[in-house]
Amino acid sequence: MRSLIEGLEFGRGIAWHRISAMVMRYWYLLLSSWPRLFELVYWPVLQVITWGFLQSYVAQNAGFFARAGGTLIGAVILWDILFRGQLGFSISFLEEMWARNLGNLMMSPLKPIEFLIALMIMSLIRLTIGVLPMVLLAMVVFDFNLFGFGLPLGAFFCNLIFTSWALGIFVSGLVLRHGLGAESIVWSLMFGVMPLACVYYPVSVLPHWLQFVAWLLPPTYVFEGMRALLIDHQFRGDLMLWALGINVLLFVAAFISFLAMLNSARRHGSLIQSGE
Amino acid sequence: MAIDRHSEPEVPALPTATAAAIEVAHLSKVYKATRAVDDISFTVPRGGVTGLLGGNGAGKTTTIAMIMGLVLPSAGRIRVLGCAMPEQRADVLGRINFESPYVDMPSRLTVRQNLTVFGKLYAVPDLAGRIAELAADFDLTEFLDRASGKLSAGQKTRVALAKALINRPELLLLDEPTASLDPDTADWIRSHLERYRKQRGASILLASHNMLEVERMCDRVVIMKRGRIEDDDTPSAIMARYNRATLEEVFLDVARGRARDAES
Repeated sequence: MRSLIEGLEFGRGIAWHRISAMVMRYWYLLLSSWPRLFELVYWPVLQVITWGFLQSYVAQNAGFFARAGGTLIGAVILWDILFRGQLGFSISFLEEMWARNLGNLMMSPLKPIEFLIALMIMSLIRLTIGVLPMVLLAMVVFDFNLFGFGLPLGAFFCNLIFTSWALGIFVSGLVLRHGLGAESIVWSLMFGVMPLACVYYPVSVLPHWLQFVAWLLPPTYVFEGMRALLIDHQFRGDLMLWALGINVLLFVAAFISFLAMLNSARRHGSLIQSGE
Repeated sequence: MAIDRHSEPEVPALPTATAAAIEVAHLSKVYKATRAVDDISFTVPRGGVTGLLGGNGAGKTTTIAMIMGLVLPSAGRIRVLGCAMPEQRADVLGRINFESPYVDMPSRLTVRQNLTVFGKLYAVPDLAGRIAELAADFDLTEFLDRASGKLSAGQKTRVALAKALINRPELLLLDEPTASLDPDTADWIRSHLERYRKQRGASILLASHNMLEVERMCDRVVIMKRGRIEDDDTPSAIMARYNRATLEEVFLDVARGRARDAES
């Protein structure tokens, strides 16, 4: 454990110039390719249009959904924050693998903790570019104002982004250790979380035994909290605190597993064979 | 945890001024059943160029990767500029640099953007000036705003070397720096590296299959075969020992298992 924590190399402090260098590197990359920018916006917009029209249809035909206006489209947007947050983190990491640049970075004074912080910042930047148009579109076309959540939106956002980063750190460690053969996990892991996080339905829909598993995931608390806010007009601070507590544990576990996989990659020579 | 917002170079003082640039003692690396490096020991003196020779699979790249801290040794000890590796990596990484065919510069970024990112990672003072200086040295000025992926092999190598020198390293690790280059460009790069070493008093560890390059640049040669060191001396002493006129002939003797002249 000691060597794992030392692997973070906190000892000599974190240097902002190295973190900003990495953010600058990903920013240059993003601006160098319009398809990358287009894709950031394209999928979230497509999502909100599809689900927005579905919600409009259901709301016209069912009293409950008319009452619970916005739960579907709200869930779509919050889900995208979770999903795009993880992708924003992991894709920036994958860019280094695709570019065979990891050796250059690992040989530079950049510390693993600085690398991870840069990836988190980049995840926020990519998320802003991708989700903001989606939120504005929902406002204009479907009369759904995400910012109408008020302060609870901050709690929802923080919990979702923490989960996305924890999963991003974990899958990046897997790719570091196992090479690009593990790349598919980056794209698919979050979809494994989706049914259990109860994005579009309440936890009570799940079989009793599966509910215990669902409550182990921080996003479950967020989506339940969102439904409580929209349907019962009640902010469930207790749910947010539970989510935060589990997120802290997830974060620590993700950091430890990342360092363990980095050490393992160094033992197995994976860092000099960053292909498949 | 302290947040350092300033861009000062992080170059700790040398623990001992007389320490060798690289000291490797009883170093081994075992991958499952394969012993890639087997109990090797050698020293790279400060201010000199040491060649690391050997056929494919001899263990050169693994040795260099262990020296850089990219691969953890199974056994043995490494000191780089007086610092134990990999334990003291953070103290030494700002003072060394490398160029290798198994890493690339991000191809979508322009040359200037790549050099800027790496310059900031190494906290290079007056970065714009340093990039202009390197661009002039490596004849890259007209390519500075071109995407790195759109350069020719020779231009890419020059960019990789400019990156390797951006922090004015005390120690350069070069793995096949002139592979796939035409003789003119390769000669130009060798001259530049020799000039840099003389000007800065830098040390260089050079892995190469080009024996003429090794003869020209290296004042010491370590020959590896199947993970072990076959010989370690000055080029002239090794050639004399094998009774050969060139290192290429020595290389073939070692590769084909012919005994040294003095021992036969």
